[in-house]
Amino acid sequence: MDTLVDNRAEIWEGFRLTLWLLLTSGVLATLLGTVLGSFRVSPVPTLRWIGTSYVNVFRNTPLVIILVMSAAFWPTLGFNDVGFFGYNTFVTFAILGLGLYTAAFVCEAVRSGINSVATGQAEAARSVGMTFAQSLRLVVLPQALRAVIPPLTSIYIALAKNTSITAIVGVPEAAYVMRRLSNKFTSDVYAIFFGIAAGYVVLVLVLSVLLRLAERRLAVAR
Amino acid sequence: MTAALFDVPGPQSRRRAAIGTIVAAVLAAALVGLVGWKLYREGEFEAELWQDLGQPNIARAVWLGLVSTLSAAAVAIVLSVIFGAVLAMGRLSDHRVLRIPAAIVVEFFRAVPLLLLIVFVFFGFNNLFSDYWSLVLALMLYNGSVLAEVFRAGINAVPRGQSEAAYSIGMLKSQVMSSILLPQAVAIMLPAIISQCVVVLKDTALGVIIAYGDLVFQANLIAEFVDHTIVPLALAALIFIVINYALSRLAVWLEARFARRGRTSAGAARPTDMQLAPTAGGAGD
Amino acid sequence: MRFTRTKAAVGALALGLSLAACGSDSSSTEVEVAEDPAFDEGTTMAELSDAGSIRIGVKVDQPGIGFQEPGADAPTGFDIEIARIIAAGLGIEDDGIEWIETVSDNREPFLENDTVDIVVASYSITEERRQLVGQAGPYYVTGQQLLVREDDKETITGPEDLEGSNVCSVTGSTSLDRMVDEFGSEPVPFATYSECVEQLKNESVDAVTTDGAILLGYAAEEPDELEVVGEAFSEERYGVGYSKGDTEFCQYITDTVQAAMDDGTWAEAFEATLGESGVDTPEPPAMDPCE
Repeated sequence: MDTLVDNRAEIWEGFRLTLWLLLTSGVLATLLGTVLGSFRVSPVPTLRWIGTSYVNVFRNTPLVIILVMSAAFWPTLGFNDVGFFGYNTFVTFAILGLGLYTAAFVCEAVRSGINSVATGQAEAARSVGMTFAQSLRLVVLPQALRAVIPPLTSIYIALAKNTSITAIVGVPEAAYVMRRLSNKFTSDVYAIFFGIAAGYVVLVLVLSVLLRLAERRLAVAR
Repeated sequence: MTAALFDVPGPQSRRRAAIGTIVAAVLAAALVGLVGWKLYREGEFEAELWQDLGQPNIARAVWLGLVSTLSAAAVAIVLSVIFGAVLAMGRLSDHRVLRIPAAIVVEFFRAVPLLLLIVFVFFGFNNLFSDYWSLVLALMLYNGSVLAEVFRAGINAVPRGQSEAAYSIGMLKSQVMSSILLPQAVAIMLPAIISQCVVVLKDTALGVIIAYGDLVFQANLIAEFVDHTIVPLALAALIFIVINYALSRLAVWLEARFARRGRTSAGAARPTDMQLAPTAGGAGD
Repeated sequence: MRFTRTKAAVGALALGLSLAACGSDSSSTEVEVAEDPAFDEGTTMAELSDAGSIRIGVKVDQPGIGFQEPGADAPTGFDIEIARIIAAGLGIEDDGIEWIETVSDNREPFLENDTVDIVVASYSITEERRQLVGQAGPYYVTGQQLLVREDDKETITGPEDLEGSNVCSVTGSTSLDRMVDEFGSEPVPFATYSECVEQLKNESVDAVTTDGAILLGYAAEEPDELEVVGEAFSEERYGVGYSKGDTEFCQYITDTVQAAMDDGTWAEAFEATLGESGVDTPEPPAMDPCE
């Protein structure tokens, strides 16, 4: 227990990085995933094909491979110092890797959300002369949002836990801190594991409560 | 249902779709081409690399890695199903002493990153477990907990009349469970179990943290050997994609089969699966 | 080292005697196996010698020291050569050796639980470890050093110059911890050293740190681009681990390694592994007496 208390600053640093990764890659995944999701229901066959291929490739590849490739790939293209907000370039590589992977799952959630909106809604939108993009943006997507929140919750929770894998691609977040502390204080391995694990449990709980609140608010709005 | 979003195309929208198709295809091709060209310029595809990759020891490394990945994944999924069934029984029990611990176990292992579990099982028990068993046990703890919730939803999805009928002919709760509810629930949940296989297979890659010799570990060794990172890892990714895609199709096929047979809720179980399986139920869309 | 090894393997293939294609041929030097060596009954040496087999714990992810080529049955490296010399003295052929992969944290338990007979795995001799296990040697002395880009060799001359800089090493390694704790560097943990070297070359990190022996290999591979700078700022004395209290076995290991140092086998082993990339062969270190 003392080890946890003595090293609370370092543990907090680790979790701050975990939270930052979660926030940024979550935003990236949501934006990209929504665009890809609308590709998948688009009238243009190529766009549908792009959306489907993206999902099949990224969802079926282990995240470790995507992260390792991300760290090797961007510098090859000439991006080797792309840190922002005081975080170094490896954090950016990790955000891109996590975001690209998670976007494939967001895409599927968005697609099924769109499919859950009553057909009449889209038909009504079309009958007043809206184009595909208009009816999607103004009528269907806002209503799909509510149906999308439960699957999105599980996607964000998975993302929160997946940030731990960045410990082997240059990011010293919470899982790295656990590895480091358990090396240094070999007799306290149990306290260190359960301490860091408890941090993740809290993170997951807070995430699910927040998203449940969001879901409830949207439910009233309907 | 997507068709509701746009009309059956007339001549004008067909033209517009054709233009969109071409523009999108050109843009996509340009993006892929640009990246490919850049990689080529950086020497990622040079002939020497392919020559090195053609050596027989590389093929052998890939084979060893694939066998390691598949053997860990196969044992892990079997153990996960068993562990998940036990936990689901616990959560559906009438006794609070069983219900509450089972719930705690499920919630804990679903919330802790698998990477931490693997590291902990490996280092935390004074080397009781080898790298293989550390990976398999961690996968079992995590995926078993996920499957426990899937099973619970599946058992609850069996129509009430079934168990009521069984009770009315005097069956005990254990009998109802084992001979009425479980067989039907397993059939309902089979697609979800297959989808979980995809998750397990991908997660075996986390064995690299304890140097388990799976496909990704071997790909790393090969990358070191040929002095190029991107191509060997992309090849490993391709193998995963092929296997996981096949598993996804299998799940879809099974689901369709059960749906055709008129099983009540092969489909109904899916939203729950989406909510519970942390990687959004893997496949089977 | 990666590059040279690749070339070596390709060259060997052309000669029809593959280094890497077939695992059992992957050893680098000829070690003369003793015929029917005589040992006192009841000793560990007699047991192993009679059985004709030995289980050796080694590293498989440290180029030049203990590294498993993709697809190979047996690892290669300086540690591996030392292990083969010890086995050969017991009359054990290469196919009698069972290589068991260890990671840093499980070497003591492997010896304590009799999972392996000896450990030759870049296993630094420390007082804490000697409380738990026996360590014969050192058969090689190295220390933590820094690998930097050629352009930076004037500005980065020691660990003090890396405060606040990105320094790369393997996740969970003590080398990285030392840079963070003592010199205030920003840790960049990766899974392998080669990833670290990649990131050094593309200027995402400023230094790679671990035992000098490994770094020298990478530097020699690209002498125009990479440079090992400064003195070693830790001393790592690699020893052979055995189960605690087996003084006769310790004496056997020390004598065998000493003989190899004296007759040039040690130097040959070094040249074939760590020295392959152009590093000068050092003087063999003086070994500790067995108590």
